[in-house]
Amino acid sequence: MWVGQALARRARWRWAEIVFWLAAFAALFLPAGRHLILNEIAILALFALSLDLILGYAGIISLGHAAFLGLGAYAAGLLAKHVTDDPTVGLALATVAAASLGFATSFLVLRGSDLTRLMVTLGVAMLLGELANALPDLTGGADGLQGVTMGPLLGLFEFDLYGRVAYAYSLTTLFVLMLVARAVVYSPFGLSLMAIRRNRLRASALGVPVHKRLIAVYTLAAAFAGAAGALLAQTTAFVSLDFFEFHRSADVLLVLIIGGAGWLYGGILGAVLYEALQDALAAVTPEYWQFWIGLFLVAFVMLGRERLTGGMRGLLARFGR
Amino acid sequence: MRRRALLALIAAVSVSSGAAAQDTVKIGLILPMTGQQASTGKQIDAAVKLYQALNGTTVAGKKVEVILKDDTSVPDVTKRLAQELIVNDKVAFLAGFGITPSALATAPIATQAKVPEIVMAAGTSSITEASPYVVRTSFTLAQSAVPMADWAVKNGIKKVVTLVSDYGPGIDAEKSFSDEFKAKGGTIIENLRVPMRSPDFSPVLQKAADAKADALFVFVPSGAGAQFVKQFVERGLDKSGMKLIATGDVTDDDQLNGMGDVMVGVINAHNYSAAHDSAVNKAFVSAFRKANGGLRPNFMAVGGYDGMHLIYEALKKTNGSTDGAKLLEAMKGMAWESPRGPISIDPETRDIVQNIYVRKVQKVDGELYNVEFETIPNVKDPVKAAKKK
Repeated sequence: MWVGQALARRARWRWAEIVFWLAAFAALFLPAGRHLILNEIAILALFALSLDLILGYAGIISLGHAAFLGLGAYAAGLLAKHVTDDPTVGLALATVAAASLGFATSFLVLRGSDLTRLMVTLGVAMLLGELANALPDLTGGADGLQGVTMGPLLGLFEFDLYGRVAYAYSLTTLFVLMLVARAVVYSPFGLSLMAIRRNRLRASALGVPVHKRLIAVYTLAAAFAGAAGALLAQTTAFVSLDFFEFHRSADVLLVLIIGGAGWLYGGILGAVLYEALQDALAAVTPEYWQFWIGLFLVAFVMLGRERLTGGMRGLLARFGR
Repeated sequence: MRRRALLALIAAVSVSSGAAAQDTVKIGLILPMTGQQASTGKQIDAAVKLYQALNGTTVAGKKVEVILKDDTSVPDVTKRLAQELIVNDKVAFLAGFGITPSALATAPIATQAKVPEIVMAAGTSSITEASPYVVRTSFTLAQSAVPMADWAVKNGIKKVVTLVSDYGPGIDAEKSFSDEFKAKGGTIIENLRVPMRSPDFSPVLQKAADAKADALFVFVPSGAGAQFVKQFVERGLDKSGMKLIATGDVTDDDQLNGMGDVMVGVINAHNYSAAHDSAVNKAFVSAFRKANGGLRPNFMAVGGYDGMHLIYEALKKTNGSTDGAKLLEAMKGMAWESPRGPISIDPETRDIVQNIYVRKVQKVDGELYNVEFETIPNVKDPVKAAKKK
């Protein structure tokens, strides 16, 4: 009973959250011009949310999360090319495909230490990348998947050059999956995950079925990442081997570190900061912006991460009361 | 959260630029300025700047403004940047494109917005077929590989092993070389491929040595060439009587001199050498080196330089009109003398027609250069030419 009440209190919508989502949806009505980058931010945020589920909540560290992004992207892209150009069908298929892969590979990450997991997840992503490279007839190989055309969203809205429909689509998907993520982490299931993260041995001594829980959350996270991949493939009408590359996995980890792991909005905050920073710096100095990003990240991690994300959480908590 | 989100939104809105002035023509130049392909971006950017420095920034009464963007060779970023350049900056041309997937990803945008896409680097044959708005000023791999095969046959080479990097352009090079070589009566003993990312050449070099071929034909992307030739020499293959023949990517002018004397004697075919003997090229090379601290221009730079020339001349022809269809018409069939020699744009395929030179790496004035000794004039892209037959 007591646990139920505590969970209900944690799960309550806070003002800051509501305002954030209203602002995000209101951005749809901004004058044309910034929706393409907003779309990219929404997709990256979803990808980071997915990583947060396993890293922040269950303590599974991964350097190969791009495996699910890439699989989702290819699933959506191939479906659009060969079967149907309905985006929502592609989104569903990609989610299922990535979830299946997540389920299958979850047994690998149950074993060993963090270091083993890093290697295993990295290996899976490389394996898939190489597989896609080795099947040029199916995937287009290094040239990327050609001839992906998307039909109108829900049969009504064509994807426009300005990216407005793309942003609406990605943001809505992010919002719906955020609802799912909220429901999951604010449940007894979510609590047991956090128990596992803090002390696996003690959790299993308390009767938490550790392996089952980890398999479940890994599969769920994979599904989220697959959805992100589908959004990326559909809104750019293009898939390439790059989707499996290490830098995608590394970027999303970086985003989560910036935004803070272990709270649901960490991925979103990180994605907004990372993309805005990158966009602004790259516009000023296209040759050397990576230097400034690097400098910022070092300074940020050394000085301000706890302060910033801690402050944000404090703000959330205050608004919550 | 709210404050952050709002700040980000305000920042986002204020960054976007104001309305384009009517008398300015904007060119969106999208290049890999960072990451593995950064040397491509650097060469092309330098060439574009040089072209504007030499020819002014006004053409047909309009000011030409180049907006440079870094896509880090990530295709979906290239596409997003292209879209933003069209939507926000109202560019009249998209240009650059370091790698094939970037050029292909952007092609639908060019079609949709009716904006010419000038490909200055990427070399897979199929790019020009992806949109009627694509025009290429670089080269295709088959353009170098086919003349190399012809030359090999003519010079008594009968049995060849090919070795390429395992990705689009490499496979293009392998296929077009092998097909041509076989058609002319040669024998391909084996087609070997090495992975793109971690090329360890020793196992394939062993295979090549065992095959007892007359020559080894190689394509690896520019940059990997030095490593390859080093291992080739280390294994004593240079003394085995097996000739080394290649496309010019392997002996990229940008890096050739740093690769060392192991490169001397490598025979290769390509569209441009900094040592090309013409007044136009001498002026180009010396101006380029002066403007870039002694950097030697390579085939990427010349692709960028000619791309700018194409844009300028097209604007002159349309009298400053930036209507996409009119610009395309103006570009088709255009011919001029480039630093690499005479070139033109094939009116049917919108791909470049250029001389291919057979060259040998030699030391000239203490520096390594590709010295041209044979010219195959007016080579069209062989892949598309074969399709038409």
